[in-house]
Amino acid sequence: MTGTNASSIQPVVVLQNLVKFFGRFAALRDISDSFAPGRLYVIVGDNGAGKSTLLRVVAGLMQPSQGFVKLLGAKPAREVANRVGYMGHAPLLYDELDGMENLCYFAGLYGLDDEGVCRRAMEQVGLDPQLERRVGQYSQGMRQRLSLARAVLHDPELMLLDEPFSNVDVHSAQEMAAILGRVRDRGKTIFVVTHQAPLVEAVADEFVQMAAGQIVSRKPMTRSAQPVSTVAGEPL
Amino acid sequence: MSSMSVTRATLMKDLRMEWRSKDAINSMLFFSLLVVVIFSFAFNPTAEESRLIAGGLIWVAFLFAAVVALNQTWARELRNQVLDAYRVSPAPPNALFLAKALGNFLFVAVLEVLMAPLFVVFYQLRSVGPLWQLVVVALLGTWALVVNGTFFAAMSIRTRNREIMLPLILFPISIPALLAMVDSTTGILTGEFSPDFWIKLLLVYDVIFTAVCLLLFESVLNAE
Repeated sequence: MTGTNASSIQPVVVLQNLVKFFGRFAALRDISDSFAPGRLYVIVGDNGAGKSTLLRVVAGLMQPSQGFVKLLGAKPAREVANRVGYMGHAPLLYDELDGMENLCYFAGLYGLDDEGVCRRAMEQVGLDPQLERRVGQYSQGMRQRLSLARAVLHDPELMLLDEPFSNVDVHSAQEMAAILGRVRDRGKTIFVVTHQAPLVEAVADEFVQMAAGQIVSRKPMTRSAQPVSTVAGEPL
Repeated sequence: MSSMSVTRATLMKDLRMEWRSKDAINSMLFFSLLVVVIFSFAFNPTAEESRLIAGGLIWVAFLFAAVVALNQTWARELRNQVLDAYRVSPAPPNALFLAKALGNFLFVAVLEVLMAPLFVVFYQLRSVGPLWQLVVVALLGTWALVVNGTFFAAMSIRTRNREIMLPLILFPISIPALLAMVDSTTGILTGEFSPDFWIKLLLVYDVIFTAVCLLLFESVLNAE
């Protein structure tokens, strides 16, 4: 799909006059935009530009002060919660549990009782499901991978990822970016907030630049015809 | 996904985490033990005096000890912002509340079972009234403490001084329940008056506050 015909397709995220105040400070200022499905959007901008706030509002973790968000055709995010995956800046995992225990608990929240789902999610991000080490003893890179596994566990149509590559070594980050590319190739829509834009350049469809609580530019990328799965080696 | 299955999964997860860390149960036990020993040495009551003061002593000790567990309940969910993972999921908020309240109920119940023999020994307690009524009071009273405590602990998690905030909100609202617990326990231990009225009051208190907490929890969970 290209940026030119995207407008004819039902958008997956619609932002209408979105405003978010923290006290008297406006973190988001009257954002109206829409995003087509099946694309990987990379949201970039300086600290305080409103990237994470935008993602949290879209995820339904924050209520906008004005305006609304329409996700997958529904207004309250809660209605489509089982079709959305969110990865926060923090890992959103229990340190006292091991990887499989974490994933199986969160799978239960989405009505998935099959342990195989958790095992596959761990393998998908390159972690060993047999590993009995507690998450508190994981390296930062392993935590981020497990956090990504938690976000994709229920095979969401829309994924919102806040700084997925923070504190991750370059090799792991590249592998994670390749995983995201493969997930996008399966028709999922992905939003990635990051300060490490070069890491996702190879897989990104569009760069969304934010500044002072507004979307100031959108730059579609031209990707090579080569499937992204070859970047990391094995296909998903 | 049913509310019941989420409640069960969350409860099992909390029990597993508590089994591994023993944070809540150890703190509660240590605190209660101190209260039993210090009060016993400070007042050195006779068996007769013990029956009169034990109701108050037991429940105040459990109330203060429960606050320790209640503060732990949500602290686990705040570490790594795990609560956000629950909030973005389609799981019903009330299932989380019920699991937390049931978990706290079990922790405090275990504490009561472990501490009861010590109270009997240190205060030479012997019940004049029927013991089964004490069990009923313990069950209803413990639920009264934990259902409000779980709710107000959730309310105070985003405040700066949440360890102080919780007792400040919880204790005043627990006064009717505490009064019922103390008077019914004293009534059973001394056999001087019937605890029926106080037990009924405790039951009504439990029903009302459980319903109110369940109704309001979603707003508390999603408050910014």
